[in-house]
Amino acid sequence: MFEQHFLILPIVLPLMAAPLCILLGQRQLAWLLATLVSALSCVISVNLLYAALDQGVLSYAVGGWAAPWGIEVRMDAASAMVLSLVTAISTLVLIYAKASIEKEIDSSRHTLFYTAHLLCLTGLSGILSTGDAFNLFVFLEISSLATYTLVSLASDRRSLTAAFRYLVMGTIGATFILIGVGMLYMQTGTLNMLDLADRIAQSGPSRTLNTGLAFILVGVSVKLALFPLHMWLPPAYTHSPSAVSAFLASTATKVAVYVMVRFIFTIYGVEYVFHNMGMDLILLLLAIVAIFKCSFMAMAQSNVKTVLAYSSVAQIGYMILGISLASAAGLMAGLLHVFNHALMKGALFMAVGAVLYRTGSVDIKAFRGLGKKMPLTMAAFVIGGMSIVGVPLTAGFVSKWYLVTAALEQQHWLIAFLILLGSLLAVIYIFRVIEAAYLKKPDESAASKDIKEAPMLMLIPMWVLALGNIYFGLDTTLSVAAAESAAQWLTQSSMSVGGGQ
Amino acid sequence: MAELINLLLLGMLAVTALGVVFLKDLFAVVMLFGIYSFLSALIFVNLDAVDVAFTEAAVGAGISTVLMLGTLSLTGRQEKMSGHKTLLPLLVVVTTGAALIYGTLDMPPFGNPENPVHQHVALRYIQDSPQEIGLPNMVTSVLASYRGFDTLGETAVVFAAAIGVLSLLGLPKQDRAAIESGLESHLVLKVVAKIIIPLIILFALYVQFHGDYGPGGGFQAGVIAAAAIILYALVFGLPLATQVVQPGLLKALAALGVLLYAGTGVASFFLGGNFLDYNVLAADPVAGQHLGIILIELGVGITVFAAMLSIFYAFASKAERKNIQ
Repeated sequence: MFEQHFLILPIVLPLMAAPLCILLGQRQLAWLLATLVSALSCVISVNLLYAALDQGVLSYAVGGWAAPWGIEVRMDAASAMVLSLVTAISTLVLIYAKASIEKEIDSSRHTLFYTAHLLCLTGLSGILSTGDAFNLFVFLEISSLATYTLVSLASDRRSLTAAFRYLVMGTIGATFILIGVGMLYMQTGTLNMLDLADRIAQSGPSRTLNTGLAFILVGVSVKLALFPLHMWLPPAYTHSPSAVSAFLASTATKVAVYVMVRFIFTIYGVEYVFHNMGMDLILLLLAIVAIFKCSFMAMAQSNVKTVLAYSSVAQIGYMILGISLASAAGLMAGLLHVFNHALMKGALFMAVGAVLYRTGSVDIKAFRGLGKKMPLTMAAFVIGGMSIVGVPLTAGFVSKWYLVTAALEQQHWLIAFLILLGSLLAVIYIFRVIEAAYLKKPDESAASKDIKEAPMLMLIPMWVLALGNIYFGLDTTLSVAAAESAAQWLTQSSMSVGGGQ
Repeated sequence: MAELINLLLLGMLAVTALGVVFLKDLFAVVMLFGIYSFLSALIFVNLDAVDVAFTEAAVGAGISTVLMLGTLSLTGRQEKMSGHKTLLPLLVVVTTGAALIYGTLDMPPFGNPENPVHQHVALRYIQDSPQEIGLPNMVTSVLASYRGFDTLGETAVVFAAAIGVLSLLGLPKQDRAAIESGLESHLVLKVVAKIIIPLIILFALYVQFHGDYGPGGGFQAGVIAAAAIILYALVFGLPLATQVVQPGLLKALAALGVLLYAGTGVASFFLGGNFLDYNVLAADPVAGQHLGIILIELGVGITVFAAMLSIFYAFASKAERKNIQ
């Protein structure tokens, strides 16, 4: 009987489980509930993905009110793909978190951690599912508030400054998005995304709409940490609990990329954003600077979590680069990289979290000799790292391949070359860690310490993601089909609205 | 005339904002924030948006001021000199302001009934909501039913904020031994508070259940009820207040409010409707709408009350602990 409600369940399930965690009040039970709910949402989302690939688009009228008067929940291949990814990562992270947070979060706050995690999941699912621009903002606020909480939970006091910084930047970003949505509403009288698209196409460009777009793009860029608005990200990912770093790095910024895609392709349309406003050039330049500047920054860090954080900003550059190519192929490559990068960064942050769990440090010196002492963890790190670099047979190779092809399709030789050059930089910062783990001898003091392999509950989710990197590098049927269908759907709808006039 | 009043109020708003920027005494800044909110509330009244004005006055001027004062009691009242360079931030602010002004150039003329906002979605709310939902207050119809999903999200935002503050500061432990009054000797305050507090609570209940007919609803009611207990805590001391409304109970209440709201939505599943479709809750759709709206407004009220009060408790207990040290 619930099948017709599948679209709303990935939002409602975690939303109801979050307060239940508080009522249960017991951390083991809260963990169990959170993990089960997350897994159930994941099963439903994958179901929706197949339905969306099959039928194109699914729609659900919340409250029984038809759009645009009521709020519509709407799922196409793009949203279903990212939703499946987010719920899957959330489930794996929760399994991982049980052991991981023992050492990083004070035990009296574990229930609050699971509650905040579920609230964050609610917000992310809501953003991905909704077909309403203001509703998207509401869910963005839920996920953001929960994220700030998650970052601040670490017992490391520096996490407080990091969370505060993130809060200030994130709130400014959210306010910008709200101002933009307000301008859209002022000019069109509607908030439903499809209705907005229709009315924007009818009314044509105006200063109010231009300003609205500018505010939305800047606001979303803060959220997705596009260079130079990324300053909040490295401290937030470095000082938050490892489970949180793994979750945020592989979901939160990805969802923000999705929001940007939604506003550009579904609401305003390619014609408006890229041809009238020339946003493609700005995004392209920022993306390329992000790739290089942040890859160099990643090389200079000694804290491995900071290395990965800067690498994330650089990798976000690739996604935005794909979007800025303004073609179906580019968008598809960007979306594919969203998916693949989540697999890589999830595995990498989990591996680093396991090192922190056993050695108490994430400094590159702590990695010395770990190749022998924690062979499984470091092997997972190597796989994730190779995927970041884009070594063939890994997921990272597939998305880089499509990115280069998309650039070459438009004869952008220089861009294609820069993408490859960026991968070489990734080799350097990833290899520094691998070198320490396998080739360097540990310090005298560290050598005597008895360091064991990470516990099973941490290894399993880590390896699921690591193997995911290999699986989606070999068998691209699902990921490529989803990204292709998503890109086609997005560019088609945006072309047809623009072309209908 | 209305425009003249608006201009005057907007001018005062600008002056207040400048005061906030230039003053270094944070206590005065917090007071100016309160004035800013009241001025905004007046503008909203002048625009006939009484529901918004009500919320702005209750949340912006009321509870926010108390919470910010709570923060000041933890941090100190003088602004620290910042070592940042001001040129780049100034440039960013000026650019943003210029962009906003540029955006208004094509804006639909102020107050014109032909504007898109009055001609598209809103038209249906005005024409059909009396039959479809049957409430005289259309604002409640829109926020509780047509866009009830947004309001559920907002309730979750309030809940998330409470979770955030609790994880940072924690709730006070109930300590029956150390009952001490904050304002022991102020007899007048105590007597006045004792007279006022029951009235405030009564008013909160009125606002809660009258939201369908006039301005009001769960958000305002929750804040007003929390204000009553906060007043009690300020006059009679936090330990006594935590005996009246226990911190543990508040945490559960905040969770229950969200569950009540979402649960009402899920109940529609079992009665054959979509999520939050109140039509199916009773035999007659309009009666169903009414029942649904009362339930979800109650959920909002409970969560807002519990969240606001537990945030206050968290700040106040931290401040008390600091004073003891």
